[in-house]
Amino acid sequence: MTTHPTPTLISQYASGAAGVDDTTIWAVEAHLETCAACRAVLTDAVDPGTRDLLDRVADGIATGIATGPGPVRRRRLLRTGVAARVLPWLVTATGLMLAAALFEWTFNSLPSLVLLIAPVAPLLPVAAVWSRRLDPAWELTATMPRTGLPLLMRRTLGVLSAVIPVLAVAGWVTGHSPGLWLLPALGFTAGALALGTVVGVDRAALALTVAWSAGVVGPSLADGQLPTVLTGGSLPGWALATVALTAVVLVRAWRRPHEPHQNLLHR
Amino acid sequence: MMRTVSVAETAPSTYAWAVHAEKLQVRAGRHLAVNELDLRLGTGVHGLLGPNGAGKTTLMRALATVLKPAGGRLTLLGGEVTGNADLRQVRRGLGYLPQHFGFYPRFTVREFVEYIAWLKEMPKAVIPGAVQRAVERVGLADRADSRMKTLSGGMLRRAGIAQAIVNDPAVLLLDEPTVGLDPEQRLDFRELLREIGLDSCVLVSTHLVEDVAVACSDVVLISEGRLVWQGTTGQLTEQGGAGDAGDSATERGYSSVLRAYRGRVSA
Repeated sequence: MTTHPTPTLISQYASGAAGVDDTTIWAVEAHLETCAACRAVLTDAVDPGTRDLLDRVADGIATGIATGPGPVRRRRLLRTGVAARVLPWLVTATGLMLAAALFEWTFNSLPSLVLLIAPVAPLLPVAAVWSRRLDPAWELTATMPRTGLPLLMRRTLGVLSAVIPVLAVAGWVTGHSPGLWLLPALGFTAGALALGTVVGVDRAALALTVAWSAGVVGPSLADGQLPTVLTGGSLPGWALATVALTAVVLVRAWRRPHEPHQNLLHR
Repeated sequence: MMRTVSVAETAPSTYAWAVHAEKLQVRAGRHLAVNELDLRLGTGVHGLLGPNGAGKTTLMRALATVLKPAGGRLTLLGGEVTGNADLRQVRRGLGYLPQHFGFYPRFTVREFVEYIAWLKEMPKAVIPGAVQRAVERVGLADRADSRMKTLSGGMLRRAGIAQAIVNDPAVLLLDEPTVGLDPEQRLDFRELLREIGLDSCVLVSTHLVEDVAVACSDVVLISEGRLVWQGTTGQLTEQGGAGDAGDSATERGYSSVLRAYRGRVSA
C-alpha cells in the first residue's frame, strides 16, 4: 500500500521539516528510498543553492575520475616475490642436479650421482624458506597469525614444484625409475619438516644432508656401487617412510596449527 | 565503496587492559632482560622510555609474541599469551615494527604491505583498499610502487609503519620508529600516532624524550627489566626540579625519576 506524499509535504521535508512530526518525516524518507517519481519531486523542491552545490560536487567528482590516475593494476605475481628470494638456492639445487646428471652421463662406471644427490636436493631451498639468517623479515613473520606449519608447508610445496621438474629431467636423461629419485626426495623433505618442528627447519635440513652424505654418498662413492637403499627393492620402504613422515607433519599441523612462539620453527 | 562494520568491531571489549603483564619475565639469550615487570596499558599513546639495556626491545618482542615469556603472566587483548595458547586471534589485532625492520628488497612498498596484510589474515577483498590507506597515512603514496631497495632510511621506516598499521591494530608496537625521520616527517608521524591512539593502544619505544613529550599521553619508564615509573607526560614533567640534568622539563623529570629509582635500589 503506497500513497505518495503530497508535494507540499515533500517540499517541507526538503526545507528541514519544520512543523512536521518525526513519524511523518520517517514515513516520507522511507517512501523516497523506493519511489523514483517522488525523488524527482524532491529534486525540484530543494532550494537552488543546495542543488547548485550538489551539481558542482557531482561535476568535480566526475572530472576527478576522468582525469585522475587509473586504478592500480593488481599484480598477480605478489606471492611469487617470496619465491624470487629463494631463487639463488633453487638455482644452486638445480645446478647441482644438472651437474650430477652430466657427470653420470659422462662417466658410466661410477654409481649414479643423480640418485645419490636427489634425496637431499630439495633440502637446501626448503631450509632457505624458513631460516632466520636467510629471511630478512623473520621477526615480522613470527608475529603473524598466518605463520607456523601451514605457512611452512605452503612454502615447501612451492619449492617442491620447482625442484621436482628438475629431478624429473635429470632422472629421464639418466634413465632411472621415477620412484628411485622421487620417493627419497619427498621422504627427506617430509623428514626435514618433521624434525624441523623440534630443532628448527634449517638445522634439520643440515643434519639430514650431513647424515646422508656421510652415511650413504661417501661410502657408495668409495665402493663404486649404489647402496641397497637406492635399488628397486627398497621402494616400499621409501614409500612407507614418506607417508609416515608426511602424516606426522600433517597431524602436527592439524592439531597445533599455530604453534605458539614460532622461534622453535623459525630460527 | 562503503565498508560494512562487522559485529565484532562494534562489540564491547571484554578486557580491562589491552596489555596486561603480571610479574612478567622474558629472557634475551640467557640474560633475564625483563624481570618481574608489572604493566597495564589501555587506549592511548604510551611512550616506553629507559636507559640502554633496560629491556625495552625485549619487552616489545614479548608483547609482539616473538619471544615466549619465561615466567609470569601476559594478557594481550584479553587473550593469554603465556603457555601454549592459540595466538592466532591475538595476533590478528597486533601491529609491530621491529627495531631491525627486515624487508624484501625486490618487493615494492605496495607488494610488501599487501604480503603482510595477507599474512595477517585480512579478508582478500579489503586488502587493496587497506594497503592504499596505510601507505597514504605514512605519506608514501607517491613511492608505493618503487622497490624497497630504492628507498631511503626514513622512507623504509615509514614503510615499516605502514605494514604495522595496515590491519588497524588494537595494539600497535613501534620499536624506535622515529630513527631516520627528518624533522618534518617526525611532526607528521606524531600526528599519526595521536590519531591512532584515539581508539587503540600504542606503545612507542624510544630513547628520545622529546618524542615522548610531544606525541605520547602516557609514559612508561623501565630500567633493568623492571617498571620504574608510569604516569602521564604532565606528571613526568612535574617530577623534575631545577637541579636535574636535561634541557627540557620532560628530560629533567626523566632524570629525576631515574635518579630516585637508582637511589632506592642501591639503598
